[in-house]
Amino acid sequence: MSIHKRTNKLFEPALVKEALKQSFIKLDPRIQFKNPVMFTVEICTAFMLGVCIWIAAGETAQGSLLYNIIITAILLITLLFANFAEAIAEARGKAQADSLRKTREDTPAKKVFIIGDMYVNEIKTVPSSQLVKGDLFICEAGDTIPLDGEIVEGIATIDESAITGESAPVIRESGGDKSSVTGGTTVLSDKIKVRVTTGPGESFLDKMIALVEGASRQKTPNEISLTILLAGFTLIFIIVCVTLKPFADYANTPITMAAFISLFVCLIPTTIGGLLSAIGIAGMDRALRANVITKSGKAVETAGDLDTLLLDKTGTITIGNRKATNFYPANGVDAATFTEACVLSSLADQTPEGKSIIELAKLDANSFNTNGARFIEFTAETRSSGIDLPAVGTGLPAIKIRKGAFDSIRNMVTKAGNSFPAETEEDVRKISSNGGTPLVVCQNNVALGVIELQDIIKPGIQERFERLRKMGVKTVMVTGDNPLTAKFIAEKAGVDDFIAEAKPEDKMNYIKQEQQGGKLVAMMGDGTNDAPALAQADVGVAMNSGTAAAKEAGNMVDLDNDPTKLIEIVEIGKQLLMTRGTLTTFSIANDVAKYFAIVPALFIASIPALQGLNIMRLHSPESAILSAIIFNAIIIPLLIPLALKGVAYKPIGASLLLRRNLLIYGMGGLLVPFIGIKLIDMLVSIWF
Amino acid sequence: MNTEILGVLLMYLLTVALAIPLGRYVGKVFEGDKTWLDRLFNPIDRVFFKLSGIDAKKEMNWKQHLVALLTINLVWFLLSMFVLMNMSWLPLNPDANPSMSADLAFNTSVSFVSNTNLQHYSGETGLSYLGQMILMLWQFISAATGIAICAVVFRAMKERTTDKLGNFYNFLVRSATRILFPLSIVVALILVFNGTPMNYEGKAQYVSMQGDTVHVSRGPAAAMVAIKQLGTNGGGYFGPNSAHPLENPNYFTNIVENLSIMLIPIAMVFALGYVLKRKKFAWMIFGVMTLGFLLLLFNAIYFEMQGNPAIAKMGISQPLGSMEGKEVRFGPAASAAWGVSTTVTSNGSVNSMHDSFTPLAGMSALLGMMINSFYGGVGVGFLNFYIFIIIAVFISGLMVGRTPEFLGKKIEAKEMKIASIIALLHPLLILAGTAISSYLYAHDPTAYAGWLNNPGNHGFSEMLYEFTSSSANNGSGFEGLGDNTPFWNIACGVVMLLARFLPIIGPVAIAGILAKKKYIPESAGTLKTDTGTFGIMVFAVIFILAALSFFPALTLGPIAEYFGLK
Repeated sequence: MSIHKRTNKLFEPALVKEALKQSFIKLDPRIQFKNPVMFTVEICTAFMLGVCIWIAAGETAQGSLLYNIIITAILLITLLFANFAEAIAEARGKAQADSLRKTREDTPAKKVFIIGDMYVNEIKTVPSSQLVKGDLFICEAGDTIPLDGEIVEGIATIDESAITGESAPVIRESGGDKSSVTGGTTVLSDKIKVRVTTGPGESFLDKMIALVEGASRQKTPNEISLTILLAGFTLIFIIVCVTLKPFADYANTPITMAAFISLFVCLIPTTIGGLLSAIGIAGMDRALRANVITKSGKAVETAGDLDTLLLDKTGTITIGNRKATNFYPANGVDAATFTEACVLSSLADQTPEGKSIIELAKLDANSFNTNGARFIEFTAETRSSGIDLPAVGTGLPAIKIRKGAFDSIRNMVTKAGNSFPAETEEDVRKISSNGGTPLVVCQNNVALGVIELQDIIKPGIQERFERLRKMGVKTVMVTGDNPLTAKFIAEKAGVDDFIAEAKPEDKMNYIKQEQQGGKLVAMMGDGTNDAPALAQADVGVAMNSGTAAAKEAGNMVDLDNDPTKLIEIVEIGKQLLMTRGTLTTFSIANDVAKYFAIVPALFIASIPALQGLNIMRLHSPESAILSAIIFNAIIIPLLIPLALKGVAYKPIGASLLLRRNLLIYGMGGLLVPFIGIKLIDMLVSIWF
Repeated sequence: MNTEILGVLLMYLLTVALAIPLGRYVGKVFEGDKTWLDRLFNPIDRVFFKLSGIDAKKEMNWKQHLVALLTINLVWFLLSMFVLMNMSWLPLNPDANPSMSADLAFNTSVSFVSNTNLQHYSGETGLSYLGQMILMLWQFISAATGIAICAVVFRAMKERTTDKLGNFYNFLVRSATRILFPLSIVVALILVFNGTPMNYEGKAQYVSMQGDTVHVSRGPAAAMVAIKQLGTNGGGYFGPNSAHPLENPNYFTNIVENLSIMLIPIAMVFALGYVLKRKKFAWMIFGVMTLGFLLLLFNAIYFEMQGNPAIAKMGISQPLGSMEGKEVRFGPAASAAWGVSTTVTSNGSVNSMHDSFTPLAGMSALLGMMINSFYGGVGVGFLNFYIFIIIAVFISGLMVGRTPEFLGKKIEAKEMKIASIIALLHPLLILAGTAISSYLYAHDPTAYAGWLNNPGNHGFSEMLYEFTSSSANNGSGFEGLGDNTPFWNIACGVVMLLARFLPIIGPVAIAGILAKKKYIPESAGTLKTDTGTFGIMVFAVIFILAALSFFPALTLGPIAEYFGLK
């Protein structure tokens, strides 16, 4: 998708080192307290440490010192594994954010001093770190923009590939909806004056990094509910284990502290408890990897619940740059001449529209003699491009071909005193009314004809909408086109609904209406007039190119400015929830095998007949308990990759998805520990 | 096929065949739809409402429902205490039975008001006819209370966004007059015609062939037997309950009584389908409940028909299976079937001695009560099941990648909190109660020697059974436990109280909160709760949460006993 898919390796050595360090720091009870399941494990570990000391001091009824020390150590390792899972997720998220942030560190900035040392509006070069919110700076062609800001003056083409990975330059200008510039991007042409909109440490990236790091991370609603459920499970198992003591007294069966603690730790859902926060962080990290900055973890989670997506037609459903579909020469102009002129004017045009013209003409671009030709690049001001061919010895006059928007070419033509052909004007009108874009071509200020550009529906977009439909998400196309054109494209693309001739308030009304019906709505927008709708939507994704107001109103910012991103965001949200659900199922299903490992081991000494319950035929009570607790510990790191990558989402409908996940993680959770514990027991039985 | 097993099978099929139309009828009663009994009962209901000054049309929210329920239950409890402690001088006491002690009256009152019917007394000598009748009144009222509050939850599940959930008194009266009362008349008449007494005369006397003078207790038995079976009460008229020949005279009455145990609990599931207009959802619930019930049933019947391995070891053949503690007219299969029916439904009446069940058949009975929602008690059985549904919806909702929704309502932290508390309450009460008694017994066996008939694993099962039965509001006893002591009376009384009312409050609160939430229309991404897959999920949640919590305890009781006998 873009150059930001950098760190795809799950365990980069540098990150692992940092995460290992954090694993120990996170043993602090004040940090552990936030996670009730692991906190109880920590208490158990401390308790076992006490038991070890007790045994060292001469107690004999609690088993050998070595055995108890091993149990204690495994409990500690369980804790460290869980901490490591969280730490590695944090480290990966931070690394990802850092690499984005690096692009904008300390670049020289041409700061504008309204009252300078010598003049008014004096310009001085300062390091970008000295800029604060509200400062003005100037950027010219070739400059790197030092900080996020809003253009207050001028227009420029900007290379945003450092952030988005997209090489095609974009136009940003003051006043409109495309006035926002991002630190780290480069100005290619023209000169702009920019006002800094974010102070150091306040950008969305900084906010995101804070979200990934522990300090300001808040649990999302579903995470809270799940934590409550897991705490409930933990309490049940506390009851089970505490009451076992008098039961054992009644049965005259002494049970060691190590056995009690092991049973308890095995039964409580440590697997999901240990991985829970890692899953949440990894969700935000996955969003970041898709070049989406989220302002809260909740937004990612909500994305999974979305019912309705509002999608702009241009760029999402149709290819943003239209394609040439027809040439309409003016009266008296030979079709071949016109086509040739079109191709000549497009030779240096690297935009998809330009390329599509050459494609349509079916002429070999290399056959043209362009010696000494001067190519005129498209600028935002002239809104046209073209070519100047010199008069080379052939006796022909020099040729100036221009191609551009109807009004700018007409201006050119009429200014030169020529009349604009009526039939071409008619063609232009017809093309527009069919949802196309006309591109007029003139030679030496004489209009030759018009090229028709048409919307091309993105290849594969129908499949994506079908996928969304299977997820239960309704798609709505928003377009400025008239209803007939809109309907035509909507049907062709396979969206469920459309809003034609859309004004900003139409989006707002549509969102409100859907929400009234209990639905969650997402939209993407960039303009200031999109801001209210972005705020109203449950998930509002602002484009990075959009205005500051839009970015402030939404709860996500898409660095790629790619409207199809919403579809990815939905999947990321679903993956997040699914990963939690499946690992919870797995964790709880594990309990069955653990019961069968530990419970016979507890009583076998005094009730030998219970050997019949030892269905795994584990070697001895000690080996059974050790195997169960070792399995319980190592399953956490084994599942870290799954927690970080997320469970794959397949749009096969909720029922099938449940069946599939229940089969894999439910049945798997039931069977895997039986095998795992037996294998570990075979190993452990060498010593115990 | 073995005729004994065939008998059980036919009895079960007959029950389901009757429960389906009954469920429809119950649904109509809840919804106020027209039924053919309206002409008879509308005037009667009006009399009730007029006398009590109840406005049956006044809508209540979930909190008002609970206040109404708890208040009238308190009144009934106080009234019951008064009668039981003053029976000796109150009328209708031809056998001059004494009043109850305070702790026994507390236990008995709680037991009957809470639909448990744990009996630490024997009916023939422990109660006057007035006492029997006031208890019989509670058998109607407590059953109607369960059905009424279940109707509230149905209503809450049905409504889109509202806090108006019908009128509690309306549901209560209609449940009693239109469901319990007519069915009881039918069952009581069948019993009367088969020989169960229905009179107010004192003990009858005859001289047996051996020349002994035998006193035979009589009284209004048929009426009480009918409602104790239908209302999942279980409190028998006579001490031996439905093993007594006058309470359950023959194999036919045994079929009728066993059928009555499960009839309304199963019908409630189909009533849900009618109210919600979601038949498939009802069948899913019925499927899960039936799967659990049948597993327990097969297990119990298998081991009972196998006979006792200890007897087999002595070289004695047991062609009839294990007959210890059983009536010859019923045999092991029908006794085991009753044992499982009565425990899964929180009924608690018995037709054989559960203490004498083979260990794993006894475990079936214990598990039925520990899970307490495979059909479950009238109304409250579904409420217990509802909690498991909520937990299953939560986990499986996450598994399909959406914030969990149940019938169009989002399940969030508050609901999970309540569901978790209620889910852990039952293990807490059973295990903590058993732990306390185990602790007392283990640390001073001589002082508490009178408690247990059998030491060892079986004695442990007896204590575990008593608390399980109390917490499940079941009321059956493993017997063999000297339970009319202040410890057992008060401990079991407290357990019954908590286990009755908290599991009512919890689901009603969840349903009420959900009813108020915004309704989210279903989409392709919504988890469907009426599928077999979801049913398996619910079953897994029940198995792991409810059954496995008791695994260590069961290991020390029936499982150890089983392996010991082998």
